[in-house]
Amino acid sequence: MLARLAGARPRVNPADLHTGAPPAGGWEVVTINRPPNEVLPGGRRPEPLRRLGRAIQVDVWPAPAGRGTELAARIRPGATLPGLAAHVAGDDPARVVRTALRQAKQFAETGEVLRADRSPIDRGLAG
Amino acid sequence: MRALCWTGAGRVAVRQVPDPELRNGHDAIVRVRLSSTCGGDLPLLAGRAPYLADGDVLGHEFLGEVVAVGPQVHRHRVGDRVVVSSTVACGSCWQCRSGAPWCCDNGNLVPEASELAYGQAVPGAFGRPTAAGGFAGGHAEYVRVPYADVGAYGIPEPVSDERALFAADAAPAGWLAAELGGVHPGAVVAVWGAGAVGQLTARAASLLGADRVIILDPLEDRLRMARRHTAAETVDPRHADIPAELRERTGGRGPDICVEAVGPAWDGRPRSLAGRFTGAAERPRAVYEAVHSCRKGGTVVVLGEFTGQVDAFPLDAVGAKGLRVRGARPHGAGQVPTLLERMARDELRTEHLATHRLPLEEGARGYALFRDRRDGCVRAVFSPDLPPAG
Ligand SMILES: [Zn+2]
Ligand SMILES: [Zn+2]
Repeated sequence: MLARLAGARPRVNPADLHTGAPPAGGWEVVTINRPPNEVLPGGRRPEPLRRLGRAIQVDVWPAPAGRGTELAARIRPGATLPGLAAHVAGDDPARVVRTALRQAKQFAETGEVLRADRSPIDRGLAG
Repeated sequence: MRALCWTGAGRVAVRQVPDPELRNGHDAIVRVRLSSTCGGDLPLLAGRAPYLADGDVLGHEFLGEVVAVGPQVHRHRVGDRVVVSSTVACGSCWQCRSGAPWCCDNGNLVPEASELAYGQAVPGAFGRPTAAGGFAGGHAEYVRVPYADVGAYGIPEPVSDERALFAADAAPAGWLAAELGGVHPGAVVAVWGAGAVGQLTARAASLLGADRVIILDPLEDRLRMARRHTAAETVDPRHADIPAELRERTGGRGPDICVEAVGPAWDGRPRSLAGRFTGAAERPRAVYEAVHSCRKGGTVVVLGEFTGQVDAFPLDAVGAKGLRVRGARPHGAGQVPTLLERMARDELRTEHLATHRLPLEEGARGYALFRDRRDGCVRAVFSPDLPPAG
């Protein structure tokens, strides 16, 4: 379904990002309030997605009505997430993809990823 | 630092907790001068979902002085007196840019929690459960304010702390309700609840030109206060058939705009036995009454923060009368600067709502007074600078 939607709109940098079979479901998507060339500067994946390496497919297209860019990612069929990501993912790898997309969105929109307070344990108790 | 922490169902206590740190370039640290209790805290305090964790710091309405800023903060500097909006919004996403910062995409640390509950991630707020993406609250000596350029507002010199405090949440909520309800010159507005938010909704409606504003509340002291500080007429629902009373006062039409500003059951505790087992929320009677009383084609605005799903909603009346039903969460971007200007011009007075001013150490007593609406309490406000009573 996504392939059809995506096909209806001009793609950005498909050669760099689009690999193998057309999308057929299992995609996570966020809309980023920035033009495509800022979401993927020079066609490069944003950092949070780069960390997931070849295990994921990435695609972008303009969002309707001037809402910016739709950025989609999914785990390549049969692929496993690299290193720490695999450990974090546990039995919900899609969640890792969602988190990476969300971070890419925050980074593109606000310039940074919102961080939680350090827990007292992280700081070595109250002080 | 000292902070008023949730320590289990119905309990709060001042504890020593680590000082907040700058974690993002857009952060500021604010030294709190005043913070307020709010009806939205009560279900959380009582231990209703979404759950606070032991040690979570309460309080989403506060003001103070900027003591540190991150490198990306451009609108504030150390020493500024600021009031901070209760909801955390980034200012950059499409929602924020199109004037709906209360729908911000980026203001939540644990978006999965509200995605599960509501289907979409809603922004976090101060003094809300960290497990649901909330941030440490304002009943403390210091608070970390993310996206400080967006969420913190400089207070004009003539506005007192006691007045500006209500620009954090209660006054914007009232203003938003009036705006979303479409209050216009000549409108007739009914407001359920004469707490701080209800009174400030009534005041906003008057300032926007409403012809008549009617406030309903069962507490005589609150009605008296509402009569004195807003131009509203008052109705005590204990002695009235509400729809009949409102018909009579509106030429048989019903109010154009009905605002629910009562919030969840005051103690957040389900009354029925079944409710106690299922965790079902108290039925929001005020919403039903608002839907029933509202004129055909009118607007019902629901401000209360309900903590569960509501069944048996009069959807038939919404359809048959062609009503518009709106929900809202206040966020400052649209309202706070103009509200602060109105406060500076003395058009908007709010300090009377702070009926009880207490040291942080008396947080438990303050919340009990506020929850039980004892001793004429409309809002208990805390100051970390007040010495604890010996
Ligand atoms: Zn509030
Ligand atoms: Zn935003």
